Amino acid sequence: MKAFAALYLRLDATTSSNAKLEALRDYFAQAPADDAAWAVYFLAGGRPRQLVPTRVLRELATALAALPDWLFEESYQAVGDLAETISLLLPQNGQGSDDGLAYWVEAHLLPLRGLPAEEVRQRLPPLWAQLDRPSLMLCLKLITGSFRVGVSKLLVTRALAQLAGLDAKRVAQRLVGYTDIGHRPSAADYHRLVAAESADEHSQRGGQPYPFFLAHALQAPTEQFDALLGPPSDWQVEWKWDGIRAQVVKRDGQLWVWSRGEELVTDRFPELHSLAQTLPDGVVLDGEILVWKPGATRGALAVQPFALLQQRLGRKTLGKKLLADAPVVLQAYDLLEWQGEDWRNRAQHARRRQLERLVAEYPLAPVLLSPLLEGLSWADLAEQREQSRSLGVEGLMLKQREALYGVGRTKDMGTWWKWKIDPFSVDAVLIYAQRGHGRRASLYSDYTFAVWNAPPGSPERALVPFAKAYSGLSDEEMRKVDAIIRKTTVETFGPVRSVTPTLVFELGFEGIALSSRHKSGIAVRFPRMLRWRLDKPVEEADDLATLQALLI
Amino acid sequence: MDLVIARPEGLYCPPGDFYIDPWRPVDRAIITHGHGDHARTGNRHYLTAASGEGILRSRLGQAIDLQTLAYGERIRHHGVTLSLHPAGHVLGSAQVRLEHQGQVWVASGDYKVEPDGTCAAFEPVACHTFITESTFGLPIYRWPSQAEVFAGINAWWRANRDQGKASVLFCYAFGKAQRILHGLDASIGPILVHGAVEPLNRVYREAGVYLPETRYAGDIPRNDPLLRQALVLAPPSAGGSSWMRRFGDYSDAFASGWMLLRGTRRRRGVDRGFVLSDHADWPGLLWAIGQTGAQRVMVTHGSVNVLVRYLNEQGLDARAFATEYGDEDESTPAGAEA
Repeated sequence: MKAFAALYLRLDATTSSNAKLEALRDYFAQAPADDAAWAVYFLAGGRPRQLVPTRVLRELATALAALPDWLFEESYQAVGDLAETISLLLPQNGQGSDDGLAYWVEAHLLPLRGLPAEEVRQRLPPLWAQLDRPSLMLCLKLITGSFRVGVSKLLVTRALAQLAGLDAKRVAQRLVGYTDIGHRPSAADYHRLVAAESADEHSQRGGQPYPFFLAHALQAPTEQFDALLGPPSDWQVEWKWDGIRAQVVKRDGQLWVWSRGEELVTDRFPELHSLAQTLPDGVVLDGEILVWKPGATRGALAVQPFALLQQRLGRKTLGKKLLADAPVVLQAYDLLEWQGEDWRNRAQHARRRQLERLVAEYPLAPVLLSPLLEGLSWADLAEQREQSRSLGVEGLMLKQREALYGVGRTKDMGTWWKWKIDPFSVDAVLIYAQRGHGRRASLYSDYTFAVWNAPPGSPERALVPFAKAYSGLSDEEMRKVDAIIRKTTVETFGPVRSVTPTLVFELGFEGIALSSRHKSGIAVRFPRMLRWRLDKPVEEADDLATLQALLI
Repeated sequence: MDLVIARPEGLYCPPGDFYIDPWRPVDRAIITHGHGDHARTGNRHYLTAASGEGILRSRLGQAIDLQTLAYGERIRHHGVTLSLHPAGHVLGSAQVRLEHQGQVWVASGDYKVEPDGTCAAFEPVACHTFITESTFGLPIYRWPSQAEVFAGINAWWRANRDQGKASVLFCYAFGKAQRILHGLDASIGPILVHGAVEPLNRVYREAGVYLPETRYAGDIPRNDPLLRQALVLAPPSAGGSSWMRRFGDYSDAFASGWMLLRGTRRRRGVDRGFVLSDHADWPGLLWAIGQTGAQRVMVTHGSVNVLVRYLNEQGLDARAFATEYGDEDESTPAGAEA
């Protein structure tokens, strides 16, 4: 536990990727394989189910620290992280346990799940007493499932690849499924991650998908595109779909559907099950799952709002009516495997050509071929992009014609750009604030925004809340807003403060839909602050009519 | 009668007709210590601890009308017996003891209970009413031992030196900087200071506080290899300024009590945070309050509401005093909480 805690502190102390890479290599070079197996799991984003209910943890920590409940709550509000708060409040212990990470996880932590609260209360104090503060915080983060340390899966992959002298793509492939919620990594798993390459590795891959290749955001004026990207003819241009990114794997007569989080979602999409019969073996498609308008003519862009897909995902069982009202299709845009062979090292245009042939040759009912857009110039494409909102897409995708299919958000094998349309925006008023977490801890940084419910001059005009947002401000702005909130507080209820409305922000969001769950009757997607409107008085903020006009 | 009340000008003693650390100009001001939010210009007469004279004159001007008292020395003013006692915060910092018609009040200013070798150590003073600060008034604040913190700073400096990198440590120029200098292992390499730090070093040295040899960073040419072995002390305001460019590829750190929290550490955006404060931590506050034997406690700047509620639950008569004192590190808005 000590060694992993030391690694955590080293990773946490730097923002440099190289320094993090070095810290990871140093750790893996000396860690026993069983510890390394769990370290990979946690660092790459694996999270076991919550081991102990939060309530039990809080009660126990409050009792051990001999504090009143309200003082624990005040402390938590100042720290912004439960595991850290508890580690700061518990009686301190000088020594750290020398037992390894694997022993701690398997012998001490995992067995806690499902135990009666009374038993947990017996077991935890003697465990905590064995740990110094860094180890204690780490242990608590593992228990609460909130372990995060600014390391991407890609970085872990690179560290392991460098250490083992392997291609990073190979390691990424071996890591697929490694962080699944039910997986308990062992020393043997770790050895497999870093083992020398074997000839039959590819044939033993079962239903595994490939690591997804991700796009970078393109944020430059269109006039610079020629200089930045070269001519449009070097690029494959498609719509940017607003659905669920997925790989469809067909091997050995079986079908698997994987989401971008490498989660197996085959059961969620019965519409795709016919592909088990219609797709040939040894095929992997990459594309986007979308709700499609029932009965739409083939060739028409009949994509339905993301909200419908979300509703579907929220349901435990998929009834007949739901399947009829909100059927899905796969907009296929890439072919990663053909006739059992890995095609990722072939150029984008070659993969596309083969994908077109495949779709033409086989009757794949739920699969549509993501259409290509033609444009003589970037200006021409920019004009086509303007239709995005009315078509229900997010903008354009630009894929280098010569690009190979990379791993994660890389650029070394060619690039995919997402060229999104500007978000919706309205000017809204800050009415409630709450302290944030992580780097925003103890600052009032999480806000609720409102718009007016009637035009200026109307009697009984009031502000109605419609969105919460916490991102988009600079640290400097956040400090200023925090100070204003403290000065203009009207009331505090629990951790929330209501303030005299004085602050107006331009709020950006990606989508908007009617909602019966919100007071305003409207729900927005990915709201964030675009700009602090210091120039705008509260009275001139937008009203509900502005929002309603954005509903298509 | 209350010996101290809050007035728009500052904390005021009605029978004695003087103020303690006023934030608006007054006729008579007792200054607990030289930090800017407690010692302001424009007052007609000043009174402070003898060991704080050098600091106060260097900050407010040599010509101020200043009377000093040795720690423990008593004077009477309008029937109020007044004396100053060590607060352990920075050089010359004092608690103010007031006695009038059998009532004793003590105003602590800012204080730290752990001795650090750069100023007289905090001495509890028995009183009926104690005015306490509450900068770190939450139980999450418990300071690691100074030995542990200095071992951490030395190890960080040594590792940077071995990689040929300067170590830039940001800290408040008055008090914190000298405390760090006093505790460092000067054998690791040269120690450079920013222009804001050097004048205060001089005052400390004149007061007989041991500080290792320091050099003004501005005197070292840009490509001097010495820079890559050096520890540099600079005020937080120097961060991100062009002054920093001379150090090339450096590692930076910040020394403050707020560095105890991961969130504030990350918001600072420095490589390392060292937990070193000139204020009492939570156990320190409770210990100091207990030592005075006071039944009544007035709480100023920091986590006022928390400390007031907690002390009341412990059976004391605790109340809030609104003041305009801040926090010299300014790395968290907690000071605005009051």
